[in-house]
Formats: sequence, structure tokens, C-alpha cells
Amino acid sequence: MNPAISMTLQGQYAGYKQDPAAYELPGFMLGGEAGLNEEGFGLGHGELVMSSNIDDRFFGKLTLAIADHEGTTETELEEAFIETVGLDYGLTIKAGRFFSDIGYLNNQHNHAWDFIDAPLIYRGLFGNQLIDDGLQLRWLAPTDLYLQLGAEFARGERFPSGGAGDDGKGTTMLFAELGGDVSDSHSWQLGLSHWSSDVIGRESGGHAHGSGATETPSFSGDSEINAIDMVWKWAPKGNYRQQNLTLQFEYFQRKENGDIELVGSNPLETTSYDGEQNGWYTQAVYQFMPRWQVGLRYDQLDSDNLGSDAAILGEAGLDNEGLTPKRSSLMLEHNHSEFSLVRLQYNRDESYENSDNQFYLQYVMSIGAHGAHQF
Amino acid sequence: MKRLTNLLGVVLLLMALPSHAALQVFACEPEWASLTKELAGDKVSVFSATTAHQDVHRIQARPSLIAQVRNADLLVCSGSELEVGWLPLLLRRAANSNVQPNKPGYFMAAEQVERLDKHTSVDRSMGDVHAAGNPHIHLDPKLIAIVAEALTKRLINLDPDNSAYYQQRSEDFLSRWQQAITQWQRQAAPLKGVPVVVHHKDWRYLLNWLKMTTIASLEPKPGMPPNANHLARLSKQMQQAPATMILRAGYQDARPSQWLSDRTNIPAIVLPYTVGGNDNATDLFSLYDNTLHRLLSALQ
Repeated sequence: MNPAISMTLQGQYAGYKQDPAAYELPGFMLGGEAGLNEEGFGLGHGELVMSSNIDDRFFGKLTLAIADHEGTTETELEEAFIETVGLDYGLTIKAGRFFSDIGYLNNQHNHAWDFIDAPLIYRGLFGNQLIDDGLQLRWLAPTDLYLQLGAEFARGERFPSGGAGDDGKGTTMLFAELGGDVSDSHSWQLGLSHWSSDVIGRESGGHAHGSGATETPSFSGDSEINAIDMVWKWAPKGNYRQQNLTLQFEYFQRKENGDIELVGSNPLETTSYDGEQNGWYTQAVYQFMPRWQVGLRYDQLDSDNLGSDAAILGEAGLDNEGLTPKRSSLMLEHNHSEFSLVRLQYNRDESYENSDNQFYLQYVMSIGAHGAHQF
Repeated sequence: MKRLTNLLGVVLLLMALPSHAALQVFACEPEWASLTKELAGDKVSVFSATTAHQDVHRIQARPSLIAQVRNADLLVCSGSELEVGWLPLLLRRAANSNVQPNKPGYFMAAEQVERLDKHTSVDRSMGDVHAAGNPHIHLDPKLIAIVAEALTKRLINLDPDNSAYYQQRSEDFLSRWQQAITQWQRQAAPLKGVPVVVHHKDWRYLLNWLKMTTIASLEPKPGMPPNANHLARLSKQMQQAPATMILRAGYQDARPSQWLSDRTNIPAIVLPYTVGGNDNATDLFSLYDNTLHRLLSALQ
């Protein structure tokens, strides 16, 4: 097929004990797609992907995400990038809109994740996933040990940046990846990443006061993230068909320094803000027989945010209320073929003061070109 | 400053590593690693991406493979979509122009021969069917000979300084291989027309060469794991028209063929499938020797 065209269809049933509209992550300023799925039956976002070699030097890919938001269908340009192919010297250049290579899960589409929802730290820092417009350079070392170094330079208009600071080039990400095989049965990868952004006016979900006026917290200042990710995969003699196990761990730490104002307040209310948020998750997914997988995941977050006006920090969601958000998840997945899966998931969610029991039944199906088996 | 010089030294050393004298060959499967060694001897250094114990359809583009493709001068793979889940991604990630499609360093064995079971229209409800034809071509020795000739030309194209060496090794290999084929065909005469049940369609070329008859597959559809209903149906079918043996590769689940064998008393045979599939199959010659030995033993 030229170009390769594929489609992903997703949907779910979600059941909660708490009201999903009341969801929050105390200590984190939420944005992007950070909320919970709608309760009851719902569509996950569908995806239409086209990709192809453009010529012998460039590859191109376009991903359209199609989703319903409160009754209206919205189409979003999720990815649109070009990438060099076989540039030699281990160099690759990518340009356009793409998932950042920060962490391990971030550059995978959410339908390729092992759980229906993002780790809490991805939800808290990125509004699920870090996507930006810009340029990526990668260098792959000529060694048997996999070593890749990379840098991204981005526009910084989307959450968790904002305002396209420094004339639309104020966001950078540096990363290093190491990996290899210990034997036929064991493979691993380790990643380190550092992201920084010159943020101007990053807004998080506003809320209305009695008068009907809306006040939206907005952050401007410096934001930096350090991250480490580790993945270990096992399959007997490297044969993934019968059985396999994936262990994965990621830790993110963010430091921010600047000011927060409540846009829409009169007179304008502002506070200084000096914050630190961090969090990690670890998960194990085991295919115990062909087509069947079980998974366990544990998430935990922490934050320490200071400012001249504690009340405004609270309005922005940055008061951690003395809590460390936590979540434990369990899932069971059945793959009828490589192209279809049905998943059952339970979360014991203690993100905020009202602990929640969350049940999901989800399907993810793909049509068209054969997807890549990413490590 | 001294530190910086040391670091620079390490970087230069890293840059210098790939400049071996020998051609770096990345073989997707052990059979092509083995054939390349036969043809190119010590003029190449061969890495096999997979082993006989792995289902090649299900390989992931893991870091160690990306690192190997980055330094390869020549890729020797099956093609015909067998590696569709991982090879294109390796090629995109490896930033190596030598081995991209249509370059001399990109050699697909199945594209050198006439493939069986090509489909003009393919639907996923048919299971894991390759439109470009069945890719498991290495179990027909006549096709190995065709691939060997094409691969020799490719080696000469990439490394003309050693063309006499490759030519001589190729002629030597092909003459030994033709003799072996004659002997195998004589040995295999009793297998002609023998009805078999296979686990997956990866025996298509072997059975076609030996003129054996496939009467059923343990997989209800290619790539779909055998299920209880389908096996029960096969058990009934075997009572009416029994097969002589049930074939599977070492990397495939033993239980379905064992279950059917227990029910029907038809022997379940594990074949090496490729080089390294058992202790006796150490190269292409012994792979065929051992395969025929096992098939013939099952007849008695």
C-alpha cells in the first residue's frame, strides 16, 4: 500500500464511584486532556493515519484524531511530520508536529498503551502527552550497545508550555537512550531526558464564580523537567508469541519558577510561584498465554509549591492539600488477533481526597496497514 | 582539558568502530545468515536478528537490532512481508543509507524466486496472509540455489575486490548443494503423496518440494492460535481420513499437536524449521538432512 493508511477505532464503558467532573490532582495545574473519560458508554478518539516514504530521503506521516467533545465532533491534527531516512552517520532529522521522545510512553499513541489511561504523572505534567511543533535531531552511535542522543527544539505553544515563548523557539528537550540484550530472552532500554520551556501564559481549566465571571489561572515563567525511564522485557528464548513480560518504570520531576495570575479577575490577582512536582509509576504486563495479558500498575505523585499568595495557588490547583495522589490499576486484555483487543481495567484511584473505584471495559481495533512492533 | 581530550579520544574510537575490513551483514533469519556464511566465508561478519526458537512474525524493533542495522553494509532477509512488523521501523531508526529499499545493501530472498500462494485480494478476516506470497521459501532447496546465485551477484556488486573469492565459493557451494538435492530427493521418494497436518503454513515450500499433501492446519486461520473447536473438528476429520504425521516447528506451541496426536495416534513431529532449530541442524545441509531424517522416521 502506498501510502500506508490505517485507522484505529476505540470505545469504552466507564463506571465511577465519584463524579468524574470533580476529578483533580492536588498540587498540579491540569490542562490538555487531563480529565477522566465520560461516565457510561463513550467513544475514545478515533485515528486516521497516513504515512509513506516521500522519496528515497524523506518519510512523512500524518495522524488525524477524531473525537467527540460534549456533543460536537472535533478533528485534531495530532501528528504531521517529515523525517529523514538513511541520512548516514547515524543522523536523523525530524520536523513538524510530533510526540516528544521524552520518557518512554510519550512517543507511543495512546491506543498502543497497556492501560486505557495515562500514568498520573503524564496526566499531571502533560495533560496526558507532550506534543509540540518543531525540530528533532538524533544521533545513533556506531556501537553494538544501542546509544542514541537527541535534541528537540519546539514552538512551545501547547500545554504544558504556552505563549510560544522566546519568539516561538523557547522549548527544548535533550535526551539519551541506552539499550541492548542481556541474552536471547532479556532486552532492556534506559532513557534520560531534560525538558525546559520559556512559558508565557499557560492556562489551566478555569472555573466560574457566582457572578458568572470566569477566572482562569495562567502561569508565566521557567519550567524544567528531568526524567528517567527504564524498560525490561522478557520472553522465553525471545519468542514473544507464547509468553512475555514487560516491566517498566518512569520518574519525572518538574521545577517551575514565575508568576501566576487569575485572568478575568478584577482587580487582577497575582502571586509569585516557585514549585516542584514529581511522580513515578511502575507497571508489569504479563502475557501468560497467546492472546491473553494481565497488567498491574502503581502510580504516585508528590508536590511542593510555594508562592506569595496561597489562595491564588489554590485556585490554580497548586495547593497539594497535604496529599500525595496515588493509584493502583489492574487490567486483563484479550487480543483476538494482532489488530483487535478488548480490555477490562480497574483502578483504585486516590488522586484527591475522595478515593474512587474506576471500572473500564474498552476495545481498540485497527484497520489497514500493519503497525510497527515498537520496543 | 585532559578529560576533554580523553572524551574526544573515546568519541573518535566510537566513530572508527564500524570500519572493519569485512562486510557487515544483518540477516533477518538464521537460514540467510547461514547461506551468507557459505557464500562469503571470512569476508563477512554476519549477525542474525532472530533464532530458530522465535516466531519471526512477532519480533520487536528492539534497541540491539537498531544498533546492528545502523552498521550493516548488507541486509539479507526473507521479505514478502514476513518482517513487516519490525524491519521498516528498524530501517527508519537506523539512519543507514546502504540498506534502504532499492539499494544494493537491501537483499530480499523471497523476491528472487517465484512465490507460492500470491493473493490479488487480501482481507484480514483471512488471518495473517501475505499478499505478496508465502514468504517461508527456504525449505525448498531449489529455491535456496536460486537465492544463492542472486546473493553472490549482490556480494560481488558490494565488494568487487573479492569477486573471485565469492565466485569460487559460490560455485563450490552450488555443486555440493546440487549433489545434496539429488541425494535428498532419492531419500525422500517414500514421502511422496503422504498426507500431513501442519501447525502453520510455514511448511508450504517443503511439502510442495517433497510432493507431500497438506490436508489440514492446526491454526484455524494463518496466525490464529489453534482452538478447542477447531481441534475437535480435526480429530473427527482424522478418523475419516487420517494424516500420517502432524508437523510443527520448535517455536510453536507443542500442546495442540500433542493433543491431536494423543486422540488419533498420529505421530506429532517437531522439525527444526531453520538452522539452529535443534542440535543437529547446524547449517543448511544438516538442516535438510535432519528434516528428512525426522520425516522418514515418522513413516516407519
